[in-house]
Amino acid sequence: MAKVLMKGNEAIGEAAIRAGCKNYFAYPITPQSEVAEYLVKRLPEEGGVFLQGESEVAVGYMIFGAAGTGERVMTTSSSPGISLMSEAISYIAAAQCPCVFVNIVRCGPGLGGILPAQGDYFQATKGGGHGDYRLLVLAPDGVQEAVEMTMQAFTLAEKYRGPVMILGDGLIGQMMEPVEFPEDLATEPINNDDWATNGMSTRKSKKRNLVKSLFLDPTDLNNHNLALKAKYDQMGREDIQFEAYNTDTDYQVLITSYGTMSRVCRTAIDSLKEEGIEVAMLRPKTLFPFPEAAIYDAATKDSCKTVISIELSMGQMVEDVERCVKGQRPVEFYGECGGDIPSPEKIIDIIKGII
Amino acid sequence: MGKAFSKPTVLNDTMTHYCPGCTHGIVHRLVAEAIDELGLQERTVGVAPVGCAVLAYNYFDCDFQEAAHGRAPAMATGIKRVRPDLIVFTYQGDGDLASIGMGEIIHAANRGEKFTTIFINNAIYGMTGGQMAPTTLPGQRATTAPMGRDTDATGMPIKMSNLLGGLVTPAYVTRQAVLKPQQINKTKKAIKQAFQYQVENKCFSFVEVISTCPTNWGLTPVDSLKWAEENLLPYYELGDIKTPE
Ligand SMILES: Cc1ncc(C[n+]2csc(CCOP(=O)(O)OP(=O)(O)O)c2C)c(N)n1
Ligand code: SF4
Repeated sequence: MAKVLMKGNEAIGEAAIRAGCKNYFAYPITPQSEVAEYLVKRLPEEGGVFLQGESEVAVGYMIFGAAGTGERVMTTSSSPGISLMSEAISYIAAAQCPCVFVNIVRCGPGLGGILPAQGDYFQATKGGGHGDYRLLVLAPDGVQEAVEMTMQAFTLAEKYRGPVMILGDGLIGQMMEPVEFPEDLATEPINNDDWATNGMSTRKSKKRNLVKSLFLDPTDLNNHNLALKAKYDQMGREDIQFEAYNTDTDYQVLITSYGTMSRVCRTAIDSLKEEGIEVAMLRPKTLFPFPEAAIYDAATKDSCKTVISIELSMGQMVEDVERCVKGQRPVEFYGECGGDIPSPEKIIDIIKGII
Repeated sequence: MGKAFSKPTVLNDTMTHYCPGCTHGIVHRLVAEAIDELGLQERTVGVAPVGCAVLAYNYFDCDFQEAAHGRAPAMATGIKRVRPDLIVFTYQGDGDLASIGMGEIIHAANRGEKFTTIFINNAIYGMTGGQMAPTTLPGQRATTAPMGRDTDATGMPIKMSNLLGGLVTPAYVTRQAVLKPQQINKTKKAIKQAFQYQVENKCFSFVEVISTCPTNWGLTPVDSLKWAEENLLPYYELGDIKTPE
């Protein structure tokens, strides 16, 4: 298929449709309102459902209700909105319903600003809502990956029967890039006879299904949590994604970075290479499950003296990086979180400063 | 002659967890009868609230989802929008619907969502042990209003049906009670009508049911019926507030 030039937010909307998702509920918030503005036109063409909810709290539960019927469903929002949806995300994870949440992250905390940031890493990967749950989090580095990951997200949501999050940022949402859409996903969701609440008449067993998160018996609840944990462990075995950049050289420094920030790091690495300085990058594409072994291996290569996590935050993913490096190398950090994206020159200076 | 009385198919043959004399059980039965009589069991999805009725799905033999506190109307919206062929109802208490879930119910009603809400108004928080609800009467005691509800500090009790009936969007909104046999019969009719409107894809339908909570009112079941009759009904007048015609 030919490449088309699309704005990230619109491309995410189109990708959802091509993934067979015909249902979208959302509440407007900058910098991602274009997804809704795109889908309000596209979904009716596909016989789909578009609804602007009264708040992100309500939208979270519209997603929950829709996902509980086994239909593919997505919402998109940005940081403050995701905070409000986090209650629902906890319930959905507990009740095990597949659905996709897209967070086009802006600066926080509070109202913060509307420019790109990565300050929601903790919220996405450590649980923005209450209780013991994990979200499978995909972090695209541009419009092409945003499309691919949005489509993948539906497959993963159904594989693990739970919510999946795309963690983008304002730049990915707003910028235009050429994209190529992968093949459409099969429209029919996988068989959900044993759990979806879509009417007893639809299933052979004629047994009713329940979508719930309340377990009053401590043994039942512990078993339920063990079952959830088994899924999160399986994600770690089967669905870690990362990119290793310039790791086949004798690099002195290993950068860890993801999303928009990683693209700047890549440019910096290329420039440094021209000066004869080898630097590598390990870019997690799944923030949960986290590429723990890959980071350890890359950090402990003989040539590597230092690891530095570079983020559009005040230091969030770096905590996971430190955990993975297990004290084998010093782990430094550089971050900005006001909405400006550090230039390649800035990154080059920082790298030179630690060599 | 046919059988004069039998258990609705959609109602499970099991003990409930409700306190003795609690009217939740009566309303469950009425909902079950309506679903049975309209032949809806196989395509019904109930949405349970957070409140004493959180375990309602243990008593109904149909698909069910369990919402978070107050969010049942948003969940029902999600279900009904993506599967308009399903029959969807929420069953909510006054804390759930009129306090924490006020935003969700008003907007669902205002959008004219084609689902049915059964609203149990017992003027108190049952499940959490008798705290004040938005529907608690002036002067009525609650654990968080030990001297009785002070309306200077907390406002007057919210008449949910009147509030929703005031929206311009067409709807069926009615207030009924289950304190006496005649009232129970009327409530049954109203609940069936509410589901009928949904079957016809006509409008949002809302049945408020004045109920009792003997446990947290600190009264016997019989005295509770009497107290409700004498105190709740003068404030919460019974009857249809709005019909879609
Ligand atoms: C977010 C949240 N806040 C508070 C609670 C605690 N809670 C559970 S039920 C309830 C009130 C229920 O009262 P009502 O809706 O009147 O129903 P009833 O028990 O009287 O049937 C509260 C406050 C909760 N479960 N979740
Ligand atoms: S606490 Fe009140 S509302 Fe709850 S079951 Fe007991 S009597 Fe019924």
